[in-house]
Amino acid sequence: MDFQISITGFVALYIFMLAAFAGWVIIGGVPAILHTPLMSGSNFVHGIVVVGGIFALLNAVTVQEQVIGFFAVLLGAGNAAGGYAVTDRMLAMFQVSAPKKKHAKSDNVKVVHAKKG
Amino acid sequence: MLAMISQLTIGLVDLAAAFLFMYGLLRMASPVTAPSGIFVAGLGMVGAVLASFLYAFSVSAAAAPHLPLNIALALIALVIGGGAAWWSGRKVALTAMPQMVALYNGMGGGAAGAIAAVQLFGNKAPGATELVVTLIGALIGAVSLSGSLIAWAKLDGVIKNPLRVRGQQAINGLVMLATLAVGGYMVFAAHGNAESAIAMPELIYLFFACALVFGVLMTLPIGGADMPVVISIYNAFTGLAVGLEGFVLQNPALMIAGMVVGAAGLLLTLLMAKAMNRSVSNVIFTNFGATTKHKQGAIRGELKPMAPGDAGIAMRYASSVIIVPGYGLAVAQGQQKLYEFVKLLQAGGVGVKFAVHPVAGRMPGQMDVLLAEAGVPYDLIFQLEDINEEFSSTDIALVIGANDVVNPAARTDKSSPIFGMPILNADKAKKVFVVKRGEGKGYAGIVNELFYGDNCNMVYGDAQAVLIKMIEAVRGLHFQAAA
Repeated sequence: MDFQISITGFVALYIFMLAAFAGWVIIGGVPAILHTPLMSGSNFVHGIVVVGGIFALLNAVTVQEQVIGFFAVLLGAGNAAGGYAVTDRMLAMFQVSAPKKKHAKSDNVKVVHAKKG
Repeated sequence: MLAMISQLTIGLVDLAAAFLFMYGLLRMASPVTAPSGIFVAGLGMVGAVLASFLYAFSVSAAAAPHLPLNIALALIALVIGGGAAWWSGRKVALTAMPQMVALYNGMGGGAAGAIAAVQLFGNKAPGATELVVTLIGALIGAVSLSGSLIAWAKLDGVIKNPLRVRGQQAINGLVMLATLAVGGYMVFAAHGNAESAIAMPELIYLFFACALVFGVLMTLPIGGADMPVVISIYNAFTGLAVGLEGFVLQNPALMIAGMVVGAAGLLLTLLMAKAMNRSVSNVIFTNFGATTKHKQGAIRGELKPMAPGDAGIAMRYASSVIIVPGYGLAVAQGQQKLYEFVKLLQAGGVGVKFAVHPVAGRMPGQMDVLLAEAGVPYDLIFQLEDINEEFSSTDIALVIGANDVVNPAARTDKSSPIFGMPILNADKAKKVFVVKRGEGKGYAGIVNELFYGDNCNMVYGDAQAVLIKMIEAVRGLHFQAAA
């Protein structure tokens, strides 16, 4: 049995078309407030290019291919790791006000009381 | 047997990764589920990267002797590239997000270009279709690499001003034509019957050189405030390049992930251009601002300066305040002080909301992230269309470091370069305070009528310094009340 994937001609076009459609619909549902994390998140997703880089590097024969392949993996890994790090950091900051607001208010009251005293 | 099992494993893991990427992005539709979304996508990435080492079991006979070295190289590259980017991504200030995203995006484009280069030098794209797709992916990836790096340099302040020369568009057009000509000649040389006059490797170098130069030339003339469009475009470009190289490598996970991002980037690009009421080509190919020879009608009224403390106290006694943040707030790093001030107002019973314009800042949604960093709950942050009606029933609009996005000329003055751009109607509030560093003009180089309005006062100074004075003034009120 052979699990080698072979994508040719129209099959490729169908994959591209469906993926583009999915991307358009998925992203269309993201509110404007999340546009920056969305951008860095999708930036992270195309970091999958590192997999292509590893494939190219493992199959490298000449020194030239090894050098270029090395940079492909280096840059791809940077794309993926950096994209994840900043997206995760940004998303962790988005908070609802309900519990937080009470907290903030009581803090302020404390400050005022402390100053009164 | 091993080769077969490894192929099956890679196939299944990549399939799962493609699903997890889309599911992760889907979870980004709400701030509540978004953090789990990026985690889910991250799992897919880790799995795909680990599985990709199984390619070692199915390398070609020619590459087999080099395998141990190649695996070592791949591991070193992963650790160095991933480690450095992770470290920088964790360390960098949140106001520097736009340039970091540009940088990581450029790296992705570079990786796609490098993969294409390996395929081309190794002559691994035998069919004409594969060669053409490889070349298109290489072109887009290379343009994205050099263009993103220029965008990074601009956002980081390494390049201060847009660089514009006469006949720039003609030069750009020529470089683009040259790139296409070289690429076309390569296809012709490889698959035509004629003998090529130039050796293939030289052609490949020339092709990449032209593409890289084009990316630089295309990005140099674009100004800072147009960066939201530029970053979105390069994000789409990298996605597209990754998708195309995925086809060449026969890897559907790359094809799907790349194309999803390509479509996402395109959608964001169009949204940003719409928020500026300009077409995408207008942003890329016209030198906005500097070349505008706009004769402005005489402006009535005068600029009325106000002390920060007085403005702060006025807001403390208002019942409703809408705050319009702009790039100036990010530059001054004033977001923490702003929320501290807002909390004082809220403690005094003032209703405070934030109004964010889609293109405020240097990338889509930058203001939202800036406010979130300071701890502002996201249900206090409103987008343009959701809050614009409320200005007319609001006591005070506080504009901090924003200019063109509140210029009423966009509504009224047909000859204005920003006419038709949706703006925040801050001028309709009963009172407007504008915090601004000086009397300079905005990015578009036009005078803002809002500042001269009867209901408007100017508070000059660095946003952070001004906010500190406002906080002191309002705290001072508490002291007086206590005494």
